[in-house]
Amino acid sequence: MNYFKFILSAFVTVVLIVLLNSQLGVAPPFAKFLNPYQGFWQNAENTKTWKDDEAHVPGLKDEVKVYFDERLVPHVFAKNDQDLYFMQGYITAKYRLWQMEIQTHNAAGRVSEIVGEKAIDLDRMQRRIGLGYGAETAQEYIAKDPASKQLIDAYCDGVNAYIKTLKPKDYPVEYKLLNYKPEAWTPLKVALLLKNMANMLSVFEYDIENTNFITKYGDQNFRELYPDFIDAEDPIIPVGTPWNVTPQDSADHSKMQAGNAGVIRNELFANALTKPDEITGSNNWAVSGSKTKSGKPILCNDPHLRLSLPSIWYEMQLVSPNMNVYGATLPGSPAVIIGFNDSISWGVTNGGRDVRDWYKIKFKDASRDEYEYNGQWVKAEKKVERYKVRGKPDVLDTVVYTRFGIVVFDQNFGTAGSKKNLAMRWTAHLPSNEFKTFYQLNCGKNYDDYINALKNYTCPAQNFVFASRSGDIAIKQQGRFPLRDRASEQGKFISNGTSDKDEWKGFIPSADNPTVKNPERGFVSSANQHPTDSTYPYYYPGLGVYENYRNRRINKLLTDGKDIDADFMKKMQTDNYNLLASEALPVLLSLLNRSNLNEQEKKMVEELSKWDYYNNAGEVSPVYFEIWWNELRKLLWDEMMDKNVPMKQPNFYVTVEFLKHDSTSVFYDNLSTPNKKETREDIVLMAFKRIEDTLRKKEFTEVNEPYDNDDNYKKDDLKAHDWGSYKDTKIGHLAMLDPFSSMHVYSGGNIGIINATNTTNGPSWRMIVDEGAMKAYVVYPGGESGNPGSAYYDNMVNSWAKGQYYEANFIKQGDELGTKKLFTSSFKP
Amino acid sequence: MKNFVVSVFVILFLSSVLQPFLPWYIIAPVAFFAGYFIKQSALAAFGAGFWAIFLLWVSYAFVLTHANNDLLAHKVATLLPMGGHVSMLLLVTGIIGGLVSGLAALSGRLAAAL
Repeated sequence: MNYFKFILSAFVTVVLIVLLNSQLGVAPPFAKFLNPYQGFWQNAENTKTWKDDEAHVPGLKDEVKVYFDERLVPHVFAKNDQDLYFMQGYITAKYRLWQMEIQTHNAAGRVSEIVGEKAIDLDRMQRRIGLGYGAETAQEYIAKDPASKQLIDAYCDGVNAYIKTLKPKDYPVEYKLLNYKPEAWTPLKVALLLKNMANMLSVFEYDIENTNFITKYGDQNFRELYPDFIDAEDPIIPVGTPWNVTPQDSADHSKMQAGNAGVIRNELFANALTKPDEITGSNNWAVSGSKTKSGKPILCNDPHLRLSLPSIWYEMQLVSPNMNVYGATLPGSPAVIIGFNDSISWGVTNGGRDVRDWYKIKFKDASRDEYEYNGQWVKAEKKVERYKVRGKPDVLDTVVYTRFGIVVFDQNFGTAGSKKNLAMRWTAHLPSNEFKTFYQLNCGKNYDDYINALKNYTCPAQNFVFASRSGDIAIKQQGRFPLRDRASEQGKFISNGTSDKDEWKGFIPSADNPTVKNPERGFVSSANQHPTDSTYPYYYPGLGVYENYRNRRINKLLTDGKDIDADFMKKMQTDNYNLLASEALPVLLSLLNRSNLNEQEKKMVEELSKWDYYNNAGEVSPVYFEIWWNELRKLLWDEMMDKNVPMKQPNFYVTVEFLKHDSTSVFYDNLSTPNKKETREDIVLMAFKRIEDTLRKKEFTEVNEPYDNDDNYKKDDLKAHDWGSYKDTKIGHLAMLDPFSSMHVYSGGNIGIINATNTTNGPSWRMIVDEGAMKAYVVYPGGESGNPGSAYYDNMVNSWAKGQYYEANFIKQGDELGTKKLFTSSFKP
Repeated sequence: MKNFVVSVFVILFLSSVLQPFLPWYIIAPVAFFAGYFIKQSALAAFGAGFWAIFLLWVSYAFVLTHANNDLLAHKVATLLPMGGHVSMLLLVTGIIGGLVSGLAALSGRLAAAL
């Protein structure tokens, strides 16, 4: 009996320990997670005391000092570049390790290793579009440049030196929740991060969608709905700027004469990459001294990305004998990406150029061993991808490589039943060294350094804006862009991947990329619009994917602006003027039949008619307009919403023009009502009638109902609240954990507006650099620490939402921080 | 009663010394040996094991979260989900550690009785 009792008790104890130490479903291992010695309690950062610290770090050559200011921004002072990047890696890892790693796991198609089989399709997609392949290519290429390799290695060594100091109790809380541990950092991971960024910013191609559309609706409709250029075009390079560009001189020009074997315009395809509905891009601009109060340039940049926590950017100052640079860094990758030094400043927006082309591959047979090329069968390369899946056996996936790119969609991937083989050629697969560009910008002194730094930059294509203390401003769209055949509009549709005529003929020389320096108008700007007007000598697909609103608003404000200073720029970056609404709403109101409106609806019309087109958080009109506009597009472009045949909705500008000028188009008819033929006025009214319904259905949380006392509408009869509550901006945690997210952020703006904050995307970093005062103002929707248990995790969110800024502490030595210093970390070899 | 107090103290002290360096389940062998060597009833052994770790874990967790203004604990208590109640999270933490320790101490006592 005693034996039995003992065995039972011991057995229960052991089972309990095992259970509490292992992960059950999505729940963390409870005792491992909850015990205060190793569990999450250890991540509860002591917010009350900060003190200086010292450490010996093997791998350093010399002493490095890191001064943390009142926002926990590190100012790293090293005596050589290697130590500088080593310590950039070390400090970044200290505050952002989990984020760095999960982003590279995502790019490498390794999320299933952590979260199990639910991520397997995501992982397969990442490998099939070749993010890992691109990263490996880049890494091999970078290794041939000893200077770059040395600095990237130093960065990785720094990250790894930090990881070595960690005990399980020190792991970021997400590792504890998901029950895994950090692995070593490598140059491949640095490359993966940049490819991840390239992927986010290369989505503006619609080859498959366009082929589907032209197949179904013909050439004439295609020309009307997807024009290359619009009437109101206001390109990055001001119209009339002469082109010092001669395509005939390019070595690859002769190959262009061969023409193209013909794109595909009469076939439907079931698979395309998912893309955002309308571009949420970025803004940047620089004004010359002729327009500023100080007589020196001011440069501004706010890149719009998915809003996430930990923040995509990590603010830093990096100082060595070679440079003193400040700005936004990408956690996991060395150097400052957007920023300024004591001589120059620069910023980026997405180029939005089409840098991905799709090819239909013709295999000899189902084995897919050989494909047709110039009338012969050539051998395809095959790679078996192995996916480790948590809690399940490994998954294998054979991916086929051709000279037209990696076969993304095939019999094994994409919509079931589609046997079509589509390969994707993408500039992110080319050998490139983007790090070198940023390094050279970080140390740059003048315009020549800037142009030289951009020379070899490949992907993602960006509009690099520039200003210098010496008074120059410039902008250049830089990336590697394929030479394409103009006559067949190569790149706009799927190409036949069967001959050398269909291949890219080479690349536009970097020197010929669109650029302008010190233009007469006194400013340069970009907001993801067309880089050029139609006179640019090289052909590139226009497609109507470019943004047509922020650019015009920015250029108007800058044209009108005089005696510009930093405050002017702050107001401008947070400007909520809705140019789209100012053009679309009068058209909608003129088409609205008002004879059958109820009282509530009449009030809405009245409100809308009085609206000044500002999407400020406290307004109600933007809510009505937004719903009306979205519902109308759903009714109007329902033809393009066929799930089995992906197509692109025409862009906003085209939609407004269409409503204005085309009164009888077949597209007005709604496909869901086969017995009725709707007119333009019908769908405008139908969409308007949906506003009330949409508002009733929308659940407002208490947090985002600050305007409950609105006279017009009571909470009970109509949940019509203001724009900030309706938009309900969320800054989501990377693992989609709401308690670790910033929920219900109350702010104005929208896509198409300079303050491009919508529900999930927005300005991820706002920066204003005043070259005259040598001062910079910055803010971003997050905080320096990646730890949800830190007071510095999301401390800047409110300032960001309100449009407030922080003055950057751009210092020459540590003691300049004075009382703004939180603590100093000293590192010795 | 005296042995109960000694037992609680021994488990609490040894666990607090060893836990910073060893996985959390080091509390089990510690409680087991305390149970084995300190003479008391089986029920008292369990109680001593339970209360020792309950007290240790809850008080240490409390110290950590207090210095953090409950910032993280509140988020975790929302995530798990416990309606954001940090006190509940502390209680669960204590009970989990207490149960393991109590059962291990009980096993130790039963082993001594063989």
